Amino acid sequence: MPVVTIQGRDIHLDDEGFLTVPSEWDEALAAELAANIGLELTPRHLEVLAFARADQAEQGETPTLRRMQAVGGFPTKELFQLFPKKPAKKLSYVAGLQKPVGCV
Amino acid sequence: MSATEALSAPVPSFDDDDDGDRKLVMICSKGSLDMAYPGLVLANAALGEGIETHLFFTFWGFDIINKKTMGALKFTPVGNPATHMPTMIMGLPGMTSFATHMMKKQMEGLDIPEVPEFLELITAAGGHLWACRMSADMMHLTQDDLYEGVEDIISATDFMEISAGAQTIFI
Repeated sequence: MPVVTIQGRDIHLDDEGFLTVPSEWDEALAAELAANIGLELTPRHLEVLAFARADQAEQGETPTLRRMQAVGGFPTKELFQLFPKKPAKKLSYVAGLQKPVGCV
Repeated sequence: MSATEALSAPVPSFDDDDDGDRKLVMICSKGSLDMAYPGLVLANAALGEGIETHLFFTFWGFDIINKKTMGALKFTPVGNPATHMPTMIMGLPGMTSFATHMMKKQMEGLDIPEVPEFLELITAAGGHLWACRMSADMMHLTQDDLYEGVEDIISATDFMEISAGAQTIFI
């Protein structure tokens, strides 16, 4: 499990590159993670990330796309536009969370 | 400062080239509640992975996309060994609605959407829904009878074109 220095801070990652300690995240780091996968964050991206992080903190697991829509109010279609092709995984990565484990 | 070190941080490979042209087709031929879900769950998962996904509804699978039946699919325990109960008991009046109720309650507890909402999720994620021409003719159904997300009623030949090069699953 690598510990790397990003923006002058120690960040814990799993082997794939997902953060393992959500509290090490901030918006500046999110911008860098997003750039790693070719995304540029807009205020709407940040709203999505904020909900995902708040929900994870409360539920103990990363929300699935269905939950992002049903509870967070973010339409599935929009999530596919914001985080193309693999929205659930990409938004987890940028939000500093683990991949969602739920099936639906 | 951090720039070179940041480069050494692993980055997940989301757009793996291997997945770029992966295509999944599922033939949904059964209309009971328990047999509707495998196709819907897998389609949803595939779409979330950026895989081009098509669902082809045929024969009893039509109940999943028929507006009249899609919200009221049943789970029948008769002759289903998974219930671990004698068939005679499972055949008693009221058993199907009881079993359906129990199954729906369990799924609700797991936060699994009902069939119409599931179809909405799948189409919103870019999934394609197709209906079988022969089944539609047999059941005297037209596009108007079907869930609005169904793109078209297509022939077996059309299906061959759509499924070219796809991984195909029959349910």
